[in-house]
Amino acid sequence: MSKRIGMEIALAAAEAVALCKPDVVAAYPITPNTHIPEHLSDIVAEGRIDADFICVESEHSALSACCGASGAGARAFTATSSQGLLYMAEIVPIVSAMRLPIVMAIGNRALSGPINIWNDHSDIMSQRDTGWISMFAADGQETIDMMIQAFKIAEHRDVMLPVNINLDGFQLTHVVEPMMMPDQKEVDKFLPAYKPFAALHPDNIVSMGALAMPDIFNEAMQAKDHALINSKKVILEVWKEWEEQFGRKYEPIGAYRMDGAEVALLTLGSMGDTAEVAVDELREQGVKAGLLKLKLWRPFPTEELLKAVKGLKSLAVIDRAVSFGGVNGPVAAEIKAALYDQKERPLITNHIIGLGGRDVVVADFVKMVQQAISAQKKKPKEAYEIYGVRGS
Amino acid sequence: MEKEKKWPEKWQELTPGCMVFRPGSTREYHTGTWRAQRPVYDTSRCIKCGVCYIFCPEGCITQDADGYFTANLDYCKGCGICAHECWPGAITMVEEG
Repeated sequence: MSKRIGMEIALAAAEAVALCKPDVVAAYPITPNTHIPEHLSDIVAEGRIDADFICVESEHSALSACCGASGAGARAFTATSSQGLLYMAEIVPIVSAMRLPIVMAIGNRALSGPINIWNDHSDIMSQRDTGWISMFAADGQETIDMMIQAFKIAEHRDVMLPVNINLDGFQLTHVVEPMMMPDQKEVDKFLPAYKPFAALHPDNIVSMGALAMPDIFNEAMQAKDHALINSKKVILEVWKEWEEQFGRKYEPIGAYRMDGAEVALLTLGSMGDTAEVAVDELREQGVKAGLLKLKLWRPFPTEELLKAVKGLKSLAVIDRAVSFGGVNGPVAAEIKAALYDQKERPLITNHIIGLGGRDVVVADFVKMVQQAISAQKKKPKEAYEIYGVRGS
Repeated sequence: MEKEKKWPEKWQELTPGCMVFRPGSTREYHTGTWRAQRPVYDTSRCIKCGVCYIFCPEGCITQDADGYFTANLDYCKGCGICAHECWPGAITMVEEG
């Protein structure tokens, strides 16, 4: 039976991964994700799970080791942050192209420079187009739930893709929260043993990661894109199974007080919880405000977005990364593109907040909603703003 | 027996992750089509030393029954290293086409 625990979220994430009985964990420490693999190494050392913990010399090796292990049919897990993810970058698209169901936790942290260890989403946004399933957890409970869901989704025969679970550095990784931790029996019931489609072994004839010349590369990319788009069906099925077994509902876009909402915030990750309080305050003031929490980033849930924004006049899209020299932040650019073909669509304002761990409080979200409302009368000069920047 | 196709016709026919389940299929990649020049051997100059065989980065040069060397043009990319290294001057690079 699930147990109510109070634990640092990174440690709870490691406990959740351990419940999934990985065969191989390969990771290199980098703040703020470090406690996840560190705690997993403890769990392996204590003999609680029968896994190989590979102490590699870099993130490039961490994902490479997972790649080889997964190719040999192992359930493999890794975790990283920021520059660590960039150091993995060479292998990231290869894992998805080889259709290896590796699960990776990303304790989101700003990319240097200037060097900064705190949270924003510039790390994952730099790896956005690599063909991984990408999800954002809003709190500790979602973090542990998504870890377990991730293996089931990744290993499904109709998916066979890697999954990254994003949890905000410090705001989630280092925070102690009350959570329901499933027990081994429950997880065993939910997550079957991994049966690989093919595994590298001297008895099996299989080549993975072979050369593809121009004659076949187009088709390979089409197949990869199709696999990712098609994975949404399985993601929804797995979330439904999760809800039936554990009673916690997961949707690509969570809605908070969206009934009759005319203006809404759209957030990724942990800031959604702060935004909820802002929405409560605005509702008390009589403002018809709501909140959309995007959980599934890739494959992008276009269909769900179109439904979610119906009836909205204004939508304040919150980004935590800058697309330097671009049109919008990465989330807003995506949302605008998804809504372009719609006759009726909300006016979109784009606020880039919380870069490199800058605090964003309830009053800030209230202000952003007010900006989104006033944009109806007077459109802002710029398509996006770095919110709260001194000197502007 | 029907000749096996070199490429899947449609993207739907690709195996997941483009995994290859047939051993030695790389032999069918006739990369020699990339070649602009081909090596031509003059056996009157060849001393059968095998330096061309040693230096060929493709490994496409073999020795025949008489001890002379030849490049397999299915795989030779025409880099010219064999001709450069052949000190008796038995190999000349000749334009293709």
